[in-house]
Amino acid sequence: MIHVHNLSKTYNNGVRVLHINHLEIPKGQSFGLVGNNGAGKTTFFSLLLDLIQPTTGHIENNNVQVNTSEAWKPFTAAFIDESFLIGYLTAEEYFYFIGDLRGQNKADVDALLAKHEEFFNGEILNSKKYLRDLSKGNMKKVGIIATLIGNPEVIILDEPFANLDPTTVNRLKKIIKELATDPNRTILVSSHDLVHTVEVCNRIVALHLGEVVKDIQTSPETLKELEAFFAV
Amino acid sequence: MLKHFIRLEWKSFVRSASFGTNLALKIIMGLAALYFIACFAILGTAVFFILKDEGMEPLSTINKFMIYYVLFDLIIRYFLQKMPVTNIKPLLLLPINRSTIVHYSLGKTVISFFNVLHAFFFVPFTIVLLYKGYGYQALLWHIGMLALIYTNNFLNVLINSKNIVFYTVLGLLAALATSQYYDVFDITPYSQLFFQNMYDTYYGFLAPVILVSATYYFSFNYFKNRLNLDDGLAKKSEVAKTENFTWLDQFGTLGTFLKNDIRLLKRNKRSRTTLIMSFIFIFYGLLFFTQSIEAYDNPWMKVFAGIFVSGGFLFTFGQFVPSWDSAYYQLMMSQNIQYREYISSKWWLMVIGTVVSTLIASFYLYFGLHTYLIIVVGAIFNIGVNSHLVMLGGAFVKTPIDLTTSKQAFGDKQAFNMKTMLISLPKMVVPMGLYTLGYYLFSPNIGLVFVAVAGILGFAFRNSVFDKIEKIYKTEKYATIAAYKQKN
Repeated sequence: MIHVHNLSKTYNNGVRVLHINHLEIPKGQSFGLVGNNGAGKTTFFSLLLDLIQPTTGHIENNNVQVNTSEAWKPFTAAFIDESFLIGYLTAEEYFYFIGDLRGQNKADVDALLAKHEEFFNGEILNSKKYLRDLSKGNMKKVGIIATLIGNPEVIILDEPFANLDPTTVNRLKKIIKELATDPNRTILVSSHDLVHTVEVCNRIVALHLGEVVKDIQTSPETLKELEAFFAV
Repeated sequence: MLKHFIRLEWKSFVRSASFGTNLALKIIMGLAALYFIACFAILGTAVFFILKDEGMEPLSTINKFMIYYVLFDLIIRYFLQKMPVTNIKPLLLLPINRSTIVHYSLGKTVISFFNVLHAFFFVPFTIVLLYKGYGYQALLWHIGMLALIYTNNFLNVLINSKNIVFYTVLGLLAALATSQYYDVFDITPYSQLFFQNMYDTYYGFLAPVILVSATYYFSFNYFKNRLNLDDGLAKKSEVAKTENFTWLDQFGTLGTFLKNDIRLLKRNKRSRTTLIMSFIFIFYGLLFFTQSIEAYDNPWMKVFAGIFVSGGFLFTFGQFVPSWDSAYYQLMMSQNIQYREYISSKWWLMVIGTVVSTLIASFYLYFGLHTYLIIVVGAIFNIGVNSHLVMLGGAFVKTPIDLTTSKQAFGDKQAFNMKTMLISLPKMVVPMGLYTLGYYLFSPNIGLVFVAVAGILGFAFRNSVFDKIEKIYKTEKYATIAAYKQKN
């Protein structure tokens, strides 16, 4: 589904923040990206979403080269950070807006929201608050659910577990696992948290200073291996 | 302790976003400040002699109108003077007395521009008084005035969050001014007594001094009791109401964007300022059509006014497309968005704004049909030509807009964007030239026809201009995303 060819990103000051020679993410995989701060996780996702320009190489998303064509947009959804939310909208308005852009009518969106009512924990829908006034955790919940609108084939979530309370983390894990059962859906998740990532992903890639240093299929030993790698 | 505070203050001043903008803006802002200072200083020096020449006793005349000066000052402060609560949060956890923090924050307002400015009027005026033999009591009067200005300062701190108090003051001022104008009731003889008393007696100036102490005391207590994150320092948030605007659904994707743009305008401080400014622009034409200013009393300046009356919204909103969406530009760029629909939704919004302005401006019919027709053809030209030019200019603007503050609205650095400037020129010059040409070659009505035809011809280029804007959005995409990520 996603092919990375000789990809690198170097900033003007000569610092190379990402360099991936070859990486292939097959359709249906749930792919976890782990690494410390500055490892290049968000840079990789930004390149995948064509938000920044690669210095060399390119990424193909379902055979669409992302930095030359926009045809990847209809089947790809992402939540990177709060800048993916529109602060002056209420949660409902935001969901319907995304729904409109993804060709979903109000009833489709309502059905999806009803399904995830538990995840919102009663604090988001009809809360009489604009998104800019929500807490960090609640903003994240809105952003995550918004990526599910319209059943995209590729879902990209940057640090989805950060800022969430323990119950919500467990609910989110359940949601991601359920999504992963669909063989047509590819999920990319990045995280600092090895335990969560190992639990929801069937493949884990560790980045360090922009390079791929581990690439493992999840097994009972994976967590130990990763913990050993990141041990101080 | 004070040393630390002063150092913090200095850094926050030097490193503030507005200070970091380009040199041209700094110079212009400096000139504007100097201009106001000079106005006040000249007024302060000259007013004595002017009033004397008019055969009035200067001090008592000043005292007569001082009530309006003071009330007006309070209103200006309400709009423009910033509250001292900012930057308090990080201090709360440090081992500093709460009282010290409050004294410091209130003390900071003392050196605000809104207080210092008055000194440029009162100091020269008092010096003139002393020079003209008004005696040391002029100094007492000066102290009294100083105390009153600072009473306003602290009063503003107290009422700033209370709209009701403010509108009461505004209403009072309006009522007093109107009733005085129509000879119903004149407050000035009574208020004059108060101000004159500060000069006439040894103790009159004590009243404002007591007043300033009281307002300081109250605002100190007010702040100190509310120095909590959930109270005085809380972020104000509005009660949100979901609005679906389902009637816009019939326009498809265009409707989706229009809905958001309407919400954008309604719910953000910054964009509401734009609406207010475009409303004020409607009345801008009064300067031109009332023949009150001689330099404006010619055909081309009237077209200039016509363009502005109908196009206030178009200019103030359009020049920042797509910067309005800067806060969530990454979202827009990763969604399945047709640029064409996005651009045309903004365009339609400007068209609606222009039409509404033109309808509101129908009161210009009072100045004759031809005057209103100038505005109407101005609107046609705005929709047909200027809307495209404005958006073309906006495509090069890469300054993020913080929707939640209104202060950016005046004088932003993008005003000095060279490309935008060049694109702006024909917006005014072309219709002014066309009208003048028709006016002198044939007749005023032919001049109108010229401008209208140019506007209608502009429609023909709509698609190619939209293509061009689309291309700019695409080629500038990465640079725009990177620029919008930078917070001011």
